[in-house]
Amino acid sequence: MVRADFDRSLEDLQAELVGLGEMVEKAIIKSMDALQRRDLAMAYEVVAEDDLIDAKRFELEEKCIDLIATQQPLAIDLRTLLAVLHIAVELERMGDYAEGIGKICMIIGDDVPVEIPEQLSRMATLGLTMLRRSLQSLVERDTVLADDVWDSDDEVDALYDNVCHQIFLDMGQHPDTIEAATHFLWVAHDLERIADRATNIAERVIFLVTGRFGRYVGPAAGD
Amino acid sequence: MQNLDPILQTRGLNVYYDTKKVVTDVNLDVARNRITAIIGPSGCGKSTLLRCFNRMNDLIPSARVEGQVLFDGLDLYGPDVDPTEIRYLIGMVFQRPNPFPKSIYDNVAFGPRINGFKGDIEEVVVRSLHRAALWDEVKDRLKSSALSLSGGQQQRLCIARALAVEPRVILMDEPCSALDPIATLAIEELMRELSEHYSIIIVTHNMQQAARVSHYTAFLMVEESRVGFMVEFGESRQIFTNPEDERTEAYITGRFG
Repeated sequence: MVRADFDRSLEDLQAELVGLGEMVEKAIIKSMDALQRRDLAMAYEVVAEDDLIDAKRFELEEKCIDLIATQQPLAIDLRTLLAVLHIAVELERMGDYAEGIGKICMIIGDDVPVEIPEQLSRMATLGLTMLRRSLQSLVERDTVLADDVWDSDDEVDALYDNVCHQIFLDMGQHPDTIEAATHFLWVAHDLERIADRATNIAERVIFLVTGRFGRYVGPAAGD
Repeated sequence: MQNLDPILQTRGLNVYYDTKKVVTDVNLDVARNRITAIIGPSGCGKSTLLRCFNRMNDLIPSARVEGQVLFDGLDLYGPDVDPTEIRYLIGMVFQRPNPFPKSIYDNVAFGPRINGFKGDIEEVVVRSLHRAALWDEVKDRLKSSALSLSGGQQQRLCIARALAVEPRVILMDEPCSALDPIATLAIEELMRELSEHYSIIIVTHNMQQAARVSHYTAFLMVEESRVGFMVEFGESRQIFTNPEDERTEAYITGRFG
């Protein structure tokens, strides 16, 4: 290995990116917990902690820029750095959605008894799985897994349509809950976007490994 | 890649120094009015390959060439080909600027003069200096010694000297390795301009230079069992972002050996 130092920097960068992913994962879990339990203190924490996620994203971005400027990366090294840059932004935006859910918890408050649509927690679970698997596909450079993450997005989209439909029905039947229900629409939207961002991460992993944009095409079917 | 219009082609090209093979079975197409970079580690035969394109290897007594080098279909190693004539059509610029110890003007006029050029030689000198992006810097001192120029200017003068005999192809062997970064960028800029009218082949150790300046890149390698074989050829943007062969990737990312 001629570039041991650079290789170490790339490994560290990936470890930090996965670390950012874990911060985002915790934020999403916490935001949904806060919503389920109507825990305003916890919701506030999610909102406050988003600053840490933002800071980490900029730190990663700076490290990528330093390495691009000082190491003149090419081929797989260049694609790795571009992928890290992109994925850091995706993760940071996912953090913003968790923050958004935290803010909605604070707006809904803890006094009105409203039932939370069950599809929301299902959407969150799916989105979290997609996030974890997209980062796993990054660590393992696994394009098949990345492609699989991409497929899962359809399920989240279907749940989103389903929950929106149900929320609209509820609004008609219980006009007194329209305000809370509108907020749930936003939560559903945030969760749907979280899954989209996980899909974007998977897309970047495919780019990192193959140098191509779009769905993974295996060697037999491609070329 | 499908539309590559070749001006030069090698077919089954092998080069030997005495019995030692230094270029092995190279089949390379050089695109017309484009820049082709040849990269590879030291001793991979890239300069030897470059010299095959204008028969400069003829000047090395122990060198022997097998296979074909086609210049618009004409075999450069065919029986009726005059190597001197070939070297006008396929000019060369070397690693170190090597102007003659004459005036700037005489350096550029040298080729056309010994070539028996009958037209307006001054016009050729002015045009060549313009094309080599040197005119503005030397127009008031054409009678000064070429050796009074800076390294970067000397190299552009050598390019002007090559252009004066109306070549179709310019071979460049590490043309910037003796130049500072600014002079290097000036030569690279010039190469891009020249590639509108000339086909250029550049041998370079500088991967970033190959990536910046060339349209196509050929990667040559040396192994224990064979020397100077081509591993990969493709559009430079593909070679430098997503090479197909893992040996190319190892080399351009600096993880070779």
